[in-house]
Amino acid sequence: MPELIAKTPLSGLWPVTHGALSLSEVVYDSILSLAPFAGQEKVLTKALKPLGLAFPAPNTLAVSGVARIVWTGRDQAFLINAPLATPSAAITDQSDGWAGLRLEGPMAAEALMRLVPIDLRSSAFPPGSAARAPLNHMNAVVMRLESGFEVMVFRSMARSAWTEIAETMQRVAARQALR
Amino acid sequence: MRLTCPLCGPRDRREFYYYGADDYLHRPAPDAPPAAWDDYLHNRDNPAGMLRDLWYHEAGCGQWLAVSRNTVSHDITAVECVAPLRPARKKAVRNED
Ligand SMILES: [Zn+2]
Repeated sequence: MPELIAKTPLSGLWPVTHGALSLSEVVYDSILSLAPFAGQEKVLTKALKPLGLAFPAPNTLAVSGVARIVWTGRDQAFLINAPLATPSAAITDQSDGWAGLRLEGPMAAEALMRLVPIDLRSSAFPPGSAARAPLNHMNAVVMRLESGFEVMVFRSMARSAWTEIAETMQRVAARQALR
Repeated sequence: MRLTCPLCGPRDRREFYYYGADDYLHRPAPDAPPAAWDDYLHNRDNPAGMLRDLWYHEAGCGQWLAVSRNTVSHDITAVECVAPLRPARKKAVRNED
């Protein structure tokens, strides 16, 4: 059996810094899509309890240690970095399907809002918020945590998303430098 | 133009895919007369006034939405999820192993 080397979606790219903005890859250990079966929501809630999580309301996420649950659609959420076995939901393992990008810094919302057409300022999108929204033409999951933003895009679009965010950071930083 | 998705909130038009009048939600019975099928598949009103049409939140939550829109004033008076409007789905079939 040959030994295969697993590569992350953005392997080979080093974190990028422009001004006070920094971009790096986030590697999730696992991403499980949870879709509760009709009438099984309570059973699913019970199954999530030991993880310190509950099924999230639309446009929200919750964190418990390294585990996270993110709303991703009607009757659908992503459970990140935690295992789960329950007959109450359709569970699909999407761990290798997504790339994670972390954008941090005081101007992160301003930079990301050049690509994502929703209000990401902390007044409208505080930590604990999550949205399905386009990043330019890429469907994305946008999350805000205490530490900054994380964006998930389909793995096949990892480098496009990286390039576009990095270029935008450069422009925002350049404009800041002129002030 | 913006649509307020019942799940995602107010969103830009570019996030949606337009599908046309909501006649597609009213599928005739399999044994309905050909005229009913003709109406369902091909015939559409073109009202000056209120119209209810279908939009897909493609770059957002992935839900079909029924949008009430006035073709004269461009007012959008309601945006509803199509899914909960349908009769309750049959109990999901599961493999209990
Ligand atoms: Zn939506």
